[in-house]
Amino acid sequence: MNGVADFRARELLDLTAHEQAAALRAGEVTARGLAEASIARVRAQEPVLNAYITLMDDEALAMADAADERLRAGNAAPLAGIPIGVKDLLSTRGVKTTAASNMLRDFTPIVDCTVVTKLREAGAVFIGKTNLDEFAMGSSTEHSKFGVTHNPWDLDRVPGGSSGGSAATVAAGGVPLSLGTDTGGSIRQPAACCGIVGLKPTYGRVSRFGVIAFASSLEQVGPFARDAEDAALLLSAIAGLDPLDSTTAPVPVPDYAAMLGRGLDGLRVGVPREFFVDGMEPGVREAVERAIDVFAANGAIIDRDVSLPSVAAALPVYYIIAPSEASANLARYDGVKYGYHADADTMWEEMELTRGQGFGDEVKRRIMLGTYALSTGYYDAYYLKAQKVRTVIRREFAAAFASHDLLLTPTAPTVAFRLGEKVGDPVAMYLNDLCTIPANISGNPAVSIPCGFSEGMPVGLQLVGGMFEEGTLFRAADAYGAVAGWKAQRPPIYGERGR
Amino acid sequence: MERMTTTATTKYEVVVGLEVHVQIKTQSKMFCGCSSAYFDAEPNSHVCPVCMGMPGMLPVINRRAVEATVLTGLALGCTIPPRSKFDRKNYPYPDLMKGYQISQYDQPLCLGGGLQVEADLGARFIRLERIHLEEDTARLLHREEAHGEGYSLLDVNRSGVPLMEIVSQPDIRSAAEAGVYLRMLRQTLRYIEVSDADMEKGSFRCDANVSLRPVGQEEYGTKVEVKNMNSFRAVQRAIETEIDRQTAILHAGGRIEQETRGYIDATGETASQRSKEQAHDYRYFPEPDLPPIAIAAEHVEALRATLPELPDARRARLEAQYSLAFADAHLLTETRTEAEAFEEAAVLVNVGITDAAAQQARTRAVAHWVIGDVARLRRAEGGGERDWSEIALTPSHIAELVTLTESGTITGTTAKEVLDIVFATGQSPVAIVAERGLGQVRDDAEIDRVASEVIAANPKAVSDYQGGKPSAIQFLVGQVMRQLRGRADANTAAEALRRHLDG
Repeated sequence: MNGVADFRARELLDLTAHEQAAALRAGEVTARGLAEASIARVRAQEPVLNAYITLMDDEALAMADAADERLRAGNAAPLAGIPIGVKDLLSTRGVKTTAASNMLRDFTPIVDCTVVTKLREAGAVFIGKTNLDEFAMGSSTEHSKFGVTHNPWDLDRVPGGSSGGSAATVAAGGVPLSLGTDTGGSIRQPAACCGIVGLKPTYGRVSRFGVIAFASSLEQVGPFARDAEDAALLLSAIAGLDPLDSTTAPVPVPDYAAMLGRGLDGLRVGVPREFFVDGMEPGVREAVERAIDVFAANGAIIDRDVSLPSVAAALPVYYIIAPSEASANLARYDGVKYGYHADADTMWEEMELTRGQGFGDEVKRRIMLGTYALSTGYYDAYYLKAQKVRTVIRREFAAAFASHDLLLTPTAPTVAFRLGEKVGDPVAMYLNDLCTIPANISGNPAVSIPCGFSEGMPVGLQLVGGMFEEGTLFRAADAYGAVAGWKAQRPPIYGERGR
Repeated sequence: MERMTTTATTKYEVVVGLEVHVQIKTQSKMFCGCSSAYFDAEPNSHVCPVCMGMPGMLPVINRRAVEATVLTGLALGCTIPPRSKFDRKNYPYPDLMKGYQISQYDQPLCLGGGLQVEADLGARFIRLERIHLEEDTARLLHREEAHGEGYSLLDVNRSGVPLMEIVSQPDIRSAAEAGVYLRMLRQTLRYIEVSDADMEKGSFRCDANVSLRPVGQEEYGTKVEVKNMNSFRAVQRAIETEIDRQTAILHAGGRIEQETRGYIDATGETASQRSKEQAHDYRYFPEPDLPPIAIAAEHVEALRATLPELPDARRARLEAQYSLAFADAHLLTETRTEAEAFEEAAVLVNVGITDAAAQQARTRAVAHWVIGDVARLRRAEGGGERDWSEIALTPSHIAELVTLTESGTITGTTAKEVLDIVFATGQSPVAIVAERGLGQVRDDAEIDRVASEVIAANPKAVSDYQGGKPSAIQFLVGQVMRQLRGRADANTAAEALRRHLDG
């Protein structure tokens, strides 16, 4: 690559995916040039960010070359040639998929997850597998076998989690798009911490086939992006019914792009009071209030008299259901068939030792919680009751969406906290997901978008939509983003700059 | 085995409930596209990431397996609830690839129903509790090196094969009754073609819950689960052994421990495998990867319409329609293919026959061939019983054979000989008779000539007969028949001999 082209590619890397797509078609840059620029920038940032577990340089360049061919032939999909980071919870055929766990540190899947298959077909370029909390259990990316990921806005702070690597690399400009998974806020909370857009789709909107399971009834794969249009582009490519995942819904995927540019005028926005909790950081509250004013000033109809009383129970419900499902989902890791294996004298000792050494503390904590909640004598009091409350929460959301297009809340009660600050206090860590968990319990789609700063760190605004109404979320996010001017907001670590 | 068993002071009643696991005959496995025809297959050749329990893999319900289970429920008189769901049954074992088995806990596909059985205690109705659908586990093969070190091999081919569990109420009161119940269950499963239901091949497995209670007491005694039986005889013997063991304990004033015991085929005894304290807490919860199953009433009725005539109904119809004895009709309906072969031959043999008595005679002749010599031949070779689909003989061959006999073209003796040839070659009886000249000898002069030859060659028998032993003529008739290779009518031969000897 010559110097000028190199500079142009780097410049284009700073653009959004849809702008890059246009540049690729205009012949301003090749997919290979873009991939090389992305790899170079990611590699330059890795020593301080640690956003990736596995870098896929060779695969990325081969994918880029294939994308260039399709671009030349004129039959390329919108994402052809766009660099993308993939959370290391998503199975990639022939590429290590670790779930950030010692248990799977050397595990290489023999199949792609459906989402990855779809992106391969779309011609996307995978730059690498991003860091996360082990098995997606955490809110800080500190629970990773492969070290913590740092927040590009302040390297002493967490990027959020569990999809912290995917959020950090997009915020730092390594890639314009990445994939995360969201079980209790694992896309939205890191998006808020890193000042980007992160969307959890409606449960059943995106296939979970090949996504290493944590809590099956709660999680969805979703996009990280720097604007709403990019997030819509990526969701369009991965959404839809999948015969391999019986929990995907037979609901057609609408044209999300058609929802953009429609403004906020006439949108009925509810602001449920339960999400504005006592321990909320004042700067976060102020930023969210200013955002509400922007919505109102641009024609949205704000309703502050909205209540979802059972949302207060969402966190305990989550910490029954998610660990219960996890306790079964993680039972397969016994060291017999694949993954980490510890030697011992007997089969049972081997299994115990394998699990004892293969899983980290947070994972073990949740397996034990779930095992307990499902045990004879406790099932009715815990799991069954949690499911009943879940039904009530679903109904409250459904009732709220009968008269509102959106619910507006903070994404998290605080900005990104400091590394090590909460890692020793699980409950404090869990409380950070207070505002995001309800949408996982109910299944509604929700997006976090940047809405200003507190303590010099980005604040996230959460918009929750009606079932399968991602289009409305994109419309509102796009309109708000246009007013708020996200593009000007870049972390100190951006581009090739180091610490 | 008696219904009651007696200790020093108390009479006890036997209470048995059976749990039967049946592999469903489907093309693919329960939750993935792998072939479920694992028997005799190269180990670990019918596997994929789903049935190997790789990370992130998801199950997809096999519609055919659900339908087969509902069909079984309909055949056994169950009700089919409109909603059913799958649950996870959690327990760690190396043959369980995911660490949990996808099964059904509180909303099985079929509820209620039962079987009318008749054994040592007379006709009784054994109620079913439920039938649910689940997946089979992988197979562990335990091996030992020459120097004594043991190891286990894992064959994942069986992992994910559709399995239904048919659970009876504790209504069985004797080992013999358990045996009859199992045979009838197997017969029904084979009639509706949902399973091979072959105990030796592992497609039909039975665990027994055995307990005793004082006669007249409502409450059940402590039950013991007996496992590891691999034949009907083993099930009966294991139940008998367990009844004896429990009787002895109670007799000695002891208490029955709730436990799981394994049957040891070599000794006929049972040994404790797991105590109540060691029992698993399966921690069932709804399978989040699968939506609940909604079964529309119209779908159930559509399946009901595909049910074939079941053994009892068919037996009763055969008795009435063909004027058969109960025992004959019972034998003819043992398998669906047997009944079908009989009925096909019975229709063919009566084509063009208008006389009712003649029709009945021909039908009965068909019945006797099917349950007599044909059954013998099907069993004869290779130990096992070969199905009608596996033999060269067809129902039309039987009809031909009966027509040849009834019309006097061949004798009964020749007919048996022809049957053997048909069985071995698949040639039609008419062709065999023509080709080998097996038609009946009707030429009296020929029979007369052979009779005089036999008289000349057997002076001892002749003098016995003439000396006042009329039965000696049977020997001479036999000799004539032998000379004519059975192609003559025995009465004609006897008449010819008497003409010479008495005349």
